[in-house]
Amino acid sequence: MSAHYADYLFVFILAAFLGFQLIKKVSPLLHSPLMSLTNAIAAVVVVGAIAITGEEGATPLAKTLGFIAVFCATVNLVSGFMITDRMLKMFKRKGS
Amino acid sequence: MELFVPLAAVAASSLFVLSLMWMSHPSTARRGVRAGEIGMALAIIGALVQHEVVDYNLVIIAMIAGAAAGIPMALLMPMTAIPQRTAISHAFGALAVGLIGAAEYYKHAHSEYGGTFVLWALMFEMLLGFLTCTASVVAFGKLQEIMPTKAIVFSGQRVVNGVVALATLVVAAMLALDPTQTSLFPVFAGLALLFGVLLVIPIGGADMPTVIALLNSYAGLAASAMGFALGNKLLIVAGALDGASGFILAVIMCKAMNRSFANVMFGGFGAVVSGSSGGRVDRVVRSASAEEAAMQLENASSVVVIPGYGMAVAQAQHKVSELYQALTKKGVDVKFAIHPVAGRMPGHMNVLLAEANVPYEQLVELDDINPEIPQADVALIIGANDTINPSARDDPASAIAGMPIIEADRAKSVFVIKRSMNAGFAGIDNPIYYNANTQMLFGDARDMVANIAKELQGGSGLGH
Repeated sequence: MSAHYADYLFVFILAAFLGFQLIKKVSPLLHSPLMSLTNAIAAVVVVGAIAITGEEGATPLAKTLGFIAVFCATVNLVSGFMITDRMLKMFKRKGS
Repeated sequence: MELFVPLAAVAASSLFVLSLMWMSHPSTARRGVRAGEIGMALAIIGALVQHEVVDYNLVIIAMIAGAAAGIPMALLMPMTAIPQRTAISHAFGALAVGLIGAAEYYKHAHSEYGGTFVLWALMFEMLLGFLTCTASVVAFGKLQEIMPTKAIVFSGQRVVNGVVALATLVVAAMLALDPTQTSLFPVFAGLALLFGVLLVIPIGGADMPTVIALLNSYAGLAASAMGFALGNKLLIVAGALDGASGFILAVIMCKAMNRSFANVMFGGFGAVVSGSSGGRVDRVVRSASAEEAAMQLENASSVVVIPGYGMAVAQAQHKVSELYQALTKKGVDVKFAIHPVAGRMPGHMNVLLAEANVPYEQLVELDDINPEIPQADVALIIGANDTINPSARDDPASAIAGMPIIEADRAKSVFVIKRSMNAGFAGIDNPIYYNANTQMLFGDARDMVANIAKELQGGSGLGH
């Protein structure tokens, strides 16, 4: 069992280091869209919410909690990606 | 099919990484959004085809309802409301994480799970999820000005916060060790939610960029913790990326104010107006009219515009863009100096000016613009105050001493558009207003900029 958790930690650390390197390179111009993009990406928790809501033998309580969670995460991912794109569309070069 | 789910997760993780990579520059950034969307679609398909998922009705209804709420939100949201939207979306994301954690907890509420890694991860996830949720709601309330934007401080605040934090941790540990005490669970959730409120009420409006970034980080870490609890590496990766992003932005914001995390979170900055340095000699303030400003701007060869939160409040960005167009037409070189903490969230000014069609090449960062300012003929300050306060550089006793500023005072002449002589957020006097090369343009930022632009367009720009 514990080998699993070491694995997860390994993945987490590598992803965090990669994240630091990537984010450092993001132009400060785009810090607002960056926030809404990462917010949309974090809405991938919808995956966990789907599993809980649709699971075989889910209790009514689990279904209710899962239902709200799927709703919240979907709002975030849909509006997050769309609003990021809307912001980015506005960034124009000179003369375009 | 057996392989599809794990492969979809690997593909989704890679696409999320690419998405952030392409955010490095405006020319590739939209590709980044596409990559993120495809990654998300793969992740969702992967989740839907899992063997364990047998009941689709509720999931589909919730997703349709979520999309129905999210699409109009994304399309209709005015750009000036972006900080509020970001705050409330952190609340939504964190609530989802907290609720999933709660459902998982009840599944694991049997004695054989006591003290296991899964339960510790779940408690940590819910702690972050619940506190980020209410903290973001409070941040939203402050940004939307439903709540007082000033820091709310009361005596004994630190003791209260400390006790609530400790109680939350103790109850969380008790539940992790013995999950069968289900009656304690609402107590834990309540304490975590309360702690989120307490965390943000002592933080003033102008510190919101740091707070929003930090909450972004917490929301990501909560998602990661959920990945640990559910054994889902995709969640771990996506959460870690989000967590890293929020953390770096928060560090950038703190550096741009020369303050520590602890000072921003617990300092109660901006709650009390710092003691006035009484007995000051009456200093002279020169004021000018829109015509005079227009004349000087027209004769300048280079102009640096320094926008601040005041520009956002007055919704002056479109008029500022008109001014920019008019000056550019006359051959004046106009640049915009963007301080990292100008506005209410990281990058706030850039988004507003981009919305008003100012080309992004003209938006220059603090470190790059400062060496150019001494050559600038005119610095035009629109609704910025603390970010251009020379006492941060010159007066070691100032409350904002050491904060990097845009050195507007070094331009040959300075115009400041300001409503009145009231002090800024930090409550500190700003010596730039009394300098011999400074002229004040008193009035609403939008009206004043519109008047200057009108003068520049030949005095009869009545078509607007």
